[in-house]
Amino acid sequence: MNGINEALLHPGVGTGAVIAVLGYAVVFLGLVMLLAVVAVMGKVMASRRKAAPAAAPAAPEAPAPAPVEKPKAKGTAGELKLYNVSERDAALVMAIVAHKLGKPVNELRFRSIKEVEEK
Amino acid sequence: MNIMETLGKLASESGFAGFLAAGGWKNLIMIALACVLLYLGIVKKFEPLLLVGIAFGCLLTNLPGAGMYHLDMWDAYVAGTSYTTAAGEVIEHLSFTDIIHEGGLLDIFYIGVKAGVYPSLIFMGVGAMTDFGPLLAYPKSLLLGAAAQLGVFVAFFGAILLGFTGPEAASIGIIGGADGPTAIFLTTKLAPQLLGPIAIAAYSYMALIPMIQPPIMKLMTTPAMRQVKMEQRREVSKTEKIVFPIVVSAFVILLLPSTAPLIGCLMLGNLFRECGVTDRLSDTAQNALMNIVTIFLATSVGATMVAERFLSLNTIKIVVLGLVAFAISTAGGLLGGRVMYRLSGGKINPLIGSAGVSAVPMAARVSQDVGRKYNKTNYLLMHAMGPNVAGVIGSAIAAGFLLSVFGG
Repeated sequence: MNGINEALLHPGVGTGAVIAVLGYAVVFLGLVMLLAVVAVMGKVMASRRKAAPAAAPAAPEAPAPAPVEKPKAKGTAGELKLYNVSERDAALVMAIVAHKLGKPVNELRFRSIKEVEEK
Repeated sequence: MNIMETLGKLASESGFAGFLAAGGWKNLIMIALACVLLYLGIVKKFEPLLLVGIAFGCLLTNLPGAGMYHLDMWDAYVAGTSYTTAAGEVIEHLSFTDIIHEGGLLDIFYIGVKAGVYPSLIFMGVGAMTDFGPLLAYPKSLLLGAAAQLGVFVAFFGAILLGFTGPEAASIGIIGGADGPTAIFLTTKLAPQLLGPIAIAAYSYMALIPMIQPPIMKLMTTPAMRQVKMEQRREVSKTEKIVFPIVVSAFVILLLPSTAPLIGCLMLGNLFRECGVTDRLSDTAQNALMNIVTIFLATSVGATMVAERFLSLNTIKIVVLGLVAFAISTAGGLLGGRVMYRLSGGKINPLIGSAGVSAVPMAARVSQDVGRKYNKTNYLLMHAMGPNVAGVIGSAIAAGFLLSVFGG
């Protein structure tokens, strides 16, 4: 037959069992090795990210200019701290609160939003 | 001109006469089956993009006299034996060129399946649509993608016990990978005679995942496990997402060279998506190309559902084994999830394990829905996407292994 291993055309029950176990093991082994590769890749990327800001201040010898603070958007009332909440969820929460209070968001001040774990 | 004789000749040569010939009733059954599949695709919306094309291909191939697909020609091609054309010419070894000359339209479409082109191009589109970020944020989810391949090998062994040949059993087992293109790719290489029932089983069960998986998920997890809320994962940088397809292609193909067409195309599509300079190609791979290939793939797979091959006890066995493969793969993923739940001290929700059966993103959505049923504030979707995309890689590795063992 075209493209078929004739020797394994009719494997017995024992051979079939061995192939099944071996196949599952190969899939696991392949993905465990891939896991190691991806984990190493993640570590390398993380270390590069950490090294980049650390290396940056060492370069200029001249006194660094005073940091220029970016002007805040109109109506902004300081920084909002998020704890275990995505920006999207935070925006939703703020919009809902503003709607319930009947006030525009820029007249409210949110200091922080934290997800409360249910016990 | 004898009018009656002419009318008689027209009647005897028409397709209707074919239904009265020996075995013609089988064609009627297949046409009825095609109508049922069309109903499921159009009305019930079961994987309609594929099922409508498959069903229509089945309808066309079973209309006597249409001559759009020649089963005997493909049997001769696969077996490497001679083939006698309608004109009486004997061709010793059929080539794709001979098939283009002698075959019908669906024979020509089917060349793309037989050469493994369509499943690979579909994989390119899948790669372009897939965000591997959740997998990169939590690489351990690769283990769940591996655990959920259990059904592939259990069904393979079951098929051996039921008397299928090794290559046929391998093709049946891969239904458990819940990955249509992979199942079609492997089956066309190892057991093309079973392509119709295997494709139908694979796509039907993928459409039925929201019904098949939840009872197994409930059976294999406790209410406390189902309520576990998982922590947010780290953010993944753009560079990681660009390097990932390159690393995975090189690593997996070096490990199992037979996975090259599937993994290569999957990762090329993903690179188009992530690299940021090939947006047009990414868009083409996920939309226009994917749609065009889906039309060719579905109709040509449907064309293989020829009555004399499809209507057999083997089809029923394949349908049953496919369901077993799906169920056991789901159970395997959940078992993996339970192990990770224990090892993590209860931080991993085992429900994400069932998403390891590939079927992106349906299986991940089922994990999300079942999780929310037990805890309204639980959002498992992104956590389940990790095992889900790991399942795509896992099923490709399983197919690569089976192809290495049973391929010539």
